[in-house]
Amino acid sequence: MQSNSLTADPQPVSNNIRKRFVLSRLHSLAGIVPLGIFMVEHLLTNSTALFGSEKYNEQIHLIQSIPFLPLLEIFLVAIPLIFHAGYGIYLSMISKSNIQTYKYERNRLFFFQRVTGITTLVFIIYHVWSFRLAPVFYGTEINFDLVNSHLENVFIFSFYVIGVVGAVFHFTNGIRTGLITWGVTKGPASQRIAQKICLLFFAVFGVLGVASLFAFI
Amino acid sequence: MSSEKVIRLKVKRKDQMDSESYWEEFAIPYRPNMNVISALMEIQRNPINAEGTQVRSVAWEYNCLEEVCGACSMRINGKVRQACSTLVEKLEQPIQLEPMETFPVERDLVVDRQRMFDALQKIKGWIPIDGTYAMGSGPLISSGEQQEAYKFSTCMTCGCCLDACPNVNSGSPFIGPQALAQTKYFNMHPTGKLTKNERLEVVIGDEGISNCGNSQNCVEVCPKDIPLTTALAELNHEANRYALWSWLKK
Repeated sequence: MQSNSLTADPQPVSNNIRKRFVLSRLHSLAGIVPLGIFMVEHLLTNSTALFGSEKYNEQIHLIQSIPFLPLLEIFLVAIPLIFHAGYGIYLSMISKSNIQTYKYERNRLFFFQRVTGITTLVFIIYHVWSFRLAPVFYGTEINFDLVNSHLENVFIFSFYVIGVVGAVFHFTNGIRTGLITWGVTKGPASQRIAQKICLLFFAVFGVLGVASLFAFI
Repeated sequence: MSSEKVIRLKVKRKDQMDSESYWEEFAIPYRPNMNVISALMEIQRNPINAEGTQVRSVAWEYNCLEEVCGACSMRINGKVRQACSTLVEKLEQPIQLEPMETFPVERDLVVDRQRMFDALQKIKGWIPIDGTYAMGSGPLISSGEQQEAYKFSTCMTCGCCLDACPNVNSGSPFIGPQALAQTKYFNMHPTGKLTKNERLEVVIGDEGISNCGNSQNCVEVCPKDIPLTTALAELNHEANRYALWSWLKK
């Protein structure tokens, strides 16, 4: 029987039962704070290609001169990314999409968030291999020409366009749902405005990302 | 007689809990202003399927016939809604009727909604006023707060929100939007507030709000227009704060 009396403090549930809650908040946080910020920085860095190969190479050189760079990459990008991806795959596996029946806007966004999560992961694995790990193993220099040699292939280029647009969608739509997860936008009106602002971010960063890709060929 | 307008229905049937489902079609005479319940009553009166065979009449639940009891929820042409407030004239034919398969299907369109009542027990969906001594009258509630609480009080445990939610399914422990919205309802009551933290323990638990994926189908299908997603976002705020403070206090 449930107790019906007033108690000063609830019997705290063991930490194990809160695990899902803590993981879900860390998942949201990881997506926005290290990964989202890193992605914006990354898109801005790549956009220097719009101003020519020298500007781009200069910027790459500047980033490579950051002290303890591999440590920063591991702790601020790789670990949050692996956690975010792993828990995200688990979340999309336990959800059962019903967009065929319920064609509401936010239900579609819910579905695309899961689809772009997967496409982004595939894209990132390939992208990290081509431009971060392969150069380390084979000792090639990362510069404009390396990117150019990859993107000249029309299939790789198309894959990059899909990958970048998907990743930008995943991030900007994630801001919208993150605002709900953190209890910032509570009512439908504020959520609608947040959605519009995130759509604007999607357009800005999507165009910037794709324009940068074109700048490499 | 043969020139009379008919209504074609396609019903997803199940004889027993452990038997396979099958579809059966019916053609019933049209009457003006029919709703899905009156169409099902017609089958009950004359249980003959479209092929002219006498069959077991279709089982379904209904009670109030005015969208306040929540018993007649079913999937009508795919979407979950109340059979009593769904007018036949506004539907595409054949009208497809399916049970809410998120719940255990007992027979034909009858489902077992027990999990929602269990959920109300888990969140302590009541205001504790009994004690060993008289506790006096409770604090006043402003009319604004009354208005807000009223919307949540209209929840009829119909199950539409759970059936439309992509995250309520057999693979997920999610308690569902109904129970979480009721948590907000009981927590906003000045006496209910005294046991707020006990309810928040459920909210931050395994079955709680972390399972919400913000698809917001719940608020779209709610027949009572309860602001479910607003309650969920408010609970997110409360749950985050409660989880953090209770952890820091350890």
